[in-house]
Amino acid sequence: MPATAGAVSTAAQPAAASLALDIRDVSKRFGPRWALARLSYTLPCGLSLLLTGHNGSGKTTLLRMLATAIAPSAGKLLVLGRDAVAEREEVRRDIGLLSHSSFLYEDLTAEQNLVVLARLLGIASPKDVAGQLLTRVGLTARSNNPVRQFSAGMRKRLAIARLLLKSPRVALLDEPFSELDPAGIAEVEKLIVTLREAGTTVVLATHLIEQGRALTETRLHLTEGRGMGE
Amino acid sequence: MSASFAIRPIGLLRAAGIILGKDLLIEWRTRARINALVFFAVATLLLFSFALGPDVDLLRQNAAGYMWLGILFASVLSLSESFRVEAENATLEGLKLVPTDPRAVFLGKACGNAVMIFALCLILLPVMVAIYDVSIAEGLPKLSLVLAIGCLAISAPGTIFAAISANARARDVLLPLLLFPMLVPALLSVVKATALVLQGDLQDSLRSWLGLLCCFSVIYWALGFAVFPKVIED
Repeated sequence: MPATAGAVSTAAQPAAASLALDIRDVSKRFGPRWALARLSYTLPCGLSLLLTGHNGSGKTTLLRMLATAIAPSAGKLLVLGRDAVAEREEVRRDIGLLSHSSFLYEDLTAEQNLVVLARLLGIASPKDVAGQLLTRVGLTARSNNPVRQFSAGMRKRLAIARLLLKSPRVALLDEPFSELDPAGIAEVEKLIVTLREAGTTVVLATHLIEQGRALTETRLHLTEGRGMGE
Repeated sequence: MSASFAIRPIGLLRAAGIILGKDLLIEWRTRARINALVFFAVATLLLFSFALGPDVDLLRQNAAGYMWLGILFASVLSLSESFRVEAENATLEGLKLVPTDPRAVFLGKACGNAVMIFALCLILLPVMVAIYDVSIAEGLPKLSLVLAIGCLAISAPGTIFAAISANARARDVLLPLLLFPMLVPALLSVVKATALVLQGDLQDSLRSWLGLLCCFSVIYWALGFAVFPKVIED
């Protein structure tokens, strides 16, 4: 493990239960390379975080660890007071990840993709719920088209609908504005504001720093896996 | 406008049923897998008959073995395809993060694979009758039972190894390398049971071979149920 540590923490240390994220000395190694190096950070519930950094700085790795898609190589990671490794299933119920991968089935229609997820979540009237969400992300007219026929922007909108379906307490958004036209960006901004108003903690990784600043209160800048808070 | 939907955890079997339904729906929409399987399996059966020449007795005697080898080779394509669909947009990871019980994913996908392989068997039966000159009319119910248990015996270990090899660079080579040795006992039992149905069971030994095949199936399914969570999480 690297000798130097990029340890950053918010000034006050709130009690663990009131923390949305509690990252303690977390490192992640891929082969010989350290993607994250002894990162520490806390984020209180209700606040939202802007995650910035160059390509390869560790933003996606951090988001994937918070989402429990990958486990840290060292350190401890708590999401809403729960250990992201030992209590993985519980953490997964509370988080929603908008990733570079859309998690969408190419040969199913937009509606079918949402209905499958709604059924797995045990939501009543999955078709109605899917219809509401498709309206919300502006895809009603394409609800019966297979995802394979969608543009990159339309896939992103559908992936956002997929995230909204879970009503997550912590939303992890990895480059949500990428591949969207200006109208799409404005829509996503509105959705993030709505999520925040509903009390969702949003972690937003983006290169559009000005847009990101307007939507979040705190910022964590990553450089080669080490953090610097603001 | 913040709609929060009431989320209720669902049971293992219900989740497995949803995954099975999703896989069959994808197959129904594309029909890519079944078309490839049928062409491949029919070509394999034809090649066996060309290789042996016009010796009808020999073909009839070995029909069960050729049919199951054709099904086994074709099933490798089917098993591999079932996880290629999940790799396309990291949808398997999406299922994990829902969260979906990994055992439900195993049950759903293994049942889906069993359905596909059984459908292939049903399509191959008339082809086998035509090429190998065997009669299936009398023993059709027994033959259907043997085929169904044989498909279950292939699908469970096939699903485990397809998941293991899904992210490997040489997955098309890796899957048969892992799967075929594991399936040897089941293959022996199912070929023997099928041959007894087709050629007559003079010593009443079909029940023993079927029992053995059932044992292998139960072991494979129990093993899959136990190890699959580890396979897809790690």
